[in-house]
Amino acid sequence: MPMSNRLRQTPSQTLGPFFAYGLTARQYGYDFDQLADGRIVRDDTKGTRIRVTGQVFDGAGALIEDALIEVWQADADGRYPDAAAFADCNAFHGFGRSGTGADPACRFGFDTIKPGGHDGQAPHLNVVVTMRGLLLHLFTRIYFADEAAANEADPVLALVPQARRNTLIARLVQPGLYRFDIRMQGDDETVFFDV
Amino acid sequence: MSGFSRLQPDVQPSLIDPGYKSTSLRGPKALLIRIPHGLGETSGPRFGAGWVGPQDADLTQNGRCNGEPLGERIIVTGRVLDEYGRPVRDTMVEVWQANAAGRYIHKSDQHDAPLDPNFRGSGRCVTDGEGRYRFLTIKPGAYPWRNHPNAWRPNHIHFSLFGQGFASRLVTQMYFPGDPLLQLDPIHNSVPVDARELLIARFDIEATEPEWALAYQFDIVLRGPDATPMEA
Ligand SMILES: [Fe+3]
Repeated sequence: MPMSNRLRQTPSQTLGPFFAYGLTARQYGYDFDQLADGRIVRDDTKGTRIRVTGQVFDGAGALIEDALIEVWQADADGRYPDAAAFADCNAFHGFGRSGTGADPACRFGFDTIKPGGHDGQAPHLNVVVTMRGLLLHLFTRIYFADEAAANEADPVLALVPQARRNTLIARLVQPGLYRFDIRMQGDDETVFFDV
Repeated sequence: MSGFSRLQPDVQPSLIDPGYKSTSLRGPKALLIRIPHGLGETSGPRFGAGWVGPQDADLTQNGRCNGEPLGERIIVTGRVLDEYGRPVRDTMVEVWQANAAGRYIHKSDQHDAPLDPNFRGSGRCVTDGEGRYRFLTIKPGAYPWRNHPNAWRPNHIHFSLFGQGFASRLVTQMYFPGDPLLQLDPIHNSVPVDARELLIARFDIEATEPEWALAYQFDIVLRGPDATPMEA
């Protein structure tokens, strides 16, 4: 179909500050369920258990208390869950959602497994960041500090100037626990992708 | 593997918008780095019909405590399509909104308008085989915000969609036709002028149910797999 016959996309608008009872109701203590939360791993999920946590900062260095972070990831074998996986509510779905406003320190957090690499890419979490004050959600990725060799060979990291790559790499705090902060602006602004 | 269509710059807002104050410290300043679409972008969450409860799409019922919610009952319906006009089937649509008085139940909403004990204001549904969705709800009220002096948000319903892959994720807002606040609203005005109409629902007499509720139609166009030469 030629470009001219294409429908125009529905424009993006901000999430706004009041999303919690719709998208993350359980996490924030509202009487409604939610499709996904910070616990992506299931009891019988194959793979190495990890926790990834962090904070989000604005251009003045202030903590952002109303951000929503979403994660989409492959399983331990580097495969993304398909419709069949979502038909089984107990299966590994690879999708997590965590707001920063339910925690006194404004942390988001995910309990999951280390994903497998795929297509020559190092293990990573695909991330959507959205909040009041963002008219379009942003894509970024969480890579892991203890995957140095795989990160070195990753074709997406290779597109990022060397000096900014560390903004995409979660720090290993202790075995199984990673720290990944997101900075919206500034000298160490997180790399966001045009996906 | 073919990728997904990209954002259309002539319809999408900018990350830093002088009219919308909060963008000044939250919109990134560095150029976004374009990456090719791989498995992580063209696959995505597939929440289907099994993820929707019987009252999830009826906001006039799903927050009831001891009676009907206050306000004007409305039907909000439409189709979810990709840019080639293909229906996006079995895709999750989540909504949240203020009540008829312009108040959210969210704990940090301090607007001095009444809460409605029978209205929560959030719901979800999954599109059918033709990409159609349908909600029954209460028309949301306008509410003030502190972006600039005498700032009021037009009536709106927040929408969140997944589409066919993580790249097609969309968070947006639906507005109502004829709302005098639209032309004063920096969030609506963040969209290029010709594209603003895409966010305004159409009053729909066909879908209006006699003696029951007015209907509004809001079609949503998501990014999706690029048409291959075979399909062209
Ligand atoms: Fe709102």
